[in-house]
Amino acid sequence: MNKIVIENLSLQYSDGTESLRDISMSIRTNAITVLFGPAGGGKSTLLRCLNRLNDLTEVKAVGGQILLDGENILDPGTDTIALRRKVGMVFARPVVLPMSIRQNLTYGLELAGEKRKSRLDEAVERSLKLAAIWEEVKDRLDDPAIALSGGQQQRICLARVLALQPEVILLDEPTSGLDPISTGKVETALQELKKEYTVILVPHSVQQAGRTADYAAFFLQGELVEYNDGKSLFTTPKDKRTEDYITGRFG
Amino acid sequence: MKRIFSLNRHLIERLGFGLLTLMALLTVLPIVGVVIYILAQGAPAVSLEFLTGFPHDGMRAGGILPAIIGTLYLTIGTAVFSVPLGVAAAIYLSEYASDTGLTRLIRIAIINLAGIPSVVYGLFGLGLFVLFLQFGTSILAASLTLSIMTLPVIISTAEESLRAVPQAFRTVSISLGATRWQTIRRIVLKEALPGILTGVILGLERAAGETAPILFTGAAFFLPRLPGSPFDATMALPYHLFVISTQVPEMPIQIQYGTALVLLFFVLGMNLIATVIRSRARAKRQW
Repeated sequence: MNKIVIENLSLQYSDGTESLRDISMSIRTNAITVLFGPAGGGKSTLLRCLNRLNDLTEVKAVGGQILLDGENILDPGTDTIALRRKVGMVFARPVVLPMSIRQNLTYGLELAGEKRKSRLDEAVERSLKLAAIWEEVKDRLDDPAIALSGGQQQRICLARVLALQPEVILLDEPTSGLDPISTGKVETALQELKKEYTVILVPHSVQQAGRTADYAAFFLQGELVEYNDGKSLFTTPKDKRTEDYITGRFG
Repeated sequence: MKRIFSLNRHLIERLGFGLLTLMALLTVLPIVGVVIYILAQGAPAVSLEFLTGFPHDGMRAGGILPAIIGTLYLTIGTAVFSVPLGVAAAIYLSEYASDTGLTRLIRIAIINLAGIPSVVYGLFGLGLFVLFLQFGTSILAASLTLSIMTLPVIISTAEESLRAVPQAFRTVSISLGATRWQTIRRIVLKEALPGILTGVILGLERAAGETAPILFTGAAFFLPRLPGSPFDATMALPYHLFVISTQVPEMPIQIQYGTALVLLFFVLGMNLIATVIRSRARAKRQW
């Protein structure tokens, strides 16, 4: 089933740096869709369109539409607050908010109006377990989150998104600053998550793309070159540029 | 040849550092000198009676209580107007305003406001608050005048503190479904608060020590009782010091120095509070 349908999306920053050109693709539920390619290809920009985080930056022109469950989220009347609760995001650099671990987890829920302590506690435990970090932090939930290691912080960031019970999870190179063990933990968590959520990942390497992708899209200079299920794309790429990239001839 | 050259270089390096250290020490000297001198000259005059009594015998004897209380009132009055306005302006400039002609104009205005001589503020306050708005020579008019003078300091330090809060916190907060205002209130302001407070205190400290802006707007030569409302004029430490140093013949010198000492402690005390807030916040900061 398609969760997100992108139709003829074009986008340009006001300084003309990074752009997307006429992107059309459908993203399926309960799967990990990987957007990969060289830097500056438009992957992050596309990701930030999906929760309208690009609103914070100077965007020159948007053409086309993005349908989430059939509704165009680029419509000016879209409730971006509700959208961002539905479409959560994990960033490349783990940024924990300057508060305790528990407060990091409940931040979004409290903003959404949840006051019942039992519900908040339940959400904290559930999301920390889903992000595979519960065991490591369960006895120190009221410590400052900044005291954790980078790998732990990134899983806190993931848990923080999960606490909102979103439908779609966007991950922008979530393991770029992590050691292999932490990376493994995050990747394992993603395999669990796709059972419940739609996961869209910008991986930090082609290897990670190959390991995690149910579906993979190769982006080059703002263009969607090739999009297929992961296995086909990485074993029998149809486009020469895709093949060159995944076999390490450039990038 | 090469060896000598490198020896030379070390020598120059040492001399340079020595000179810079000397310069740094020299800048501290006047401050220390002022404090020690005022302390030595003024301490004998300061007593409980001096701090809690009214002046009498044409101000040549007695205490300076009304001037202390007056300066306290003026400082509080200044805070009431300048802090909300200044912080709000800083939030607008840092968090909401994009770089347009209007915001550039606002910034230029703020910078220039900081450069206006304080006596000009005094005359402006006389024209606007005392005469036009008919507040009279009063704590209200003087506080408003001091507020205008203090605003640039508060706005620029507050804006700087707000901008120092990492952008990533804002992005993350928005991505978790927070509105801009929720992000500002719960994250940005909380993190910038120590810096804002420091700026506020430094601004108020300057206001507390100023004479010229209150000269025409609220300061009284002598009052037999404490002011009862914001529409009363008041005595104030800096103006009192000016008065007893220049307007009263045969003034005992130690009362002047005693007054100066109290004013100095008032201002340095505020400075100390600002320093404590800043260093505590720095130790606690999580970024």
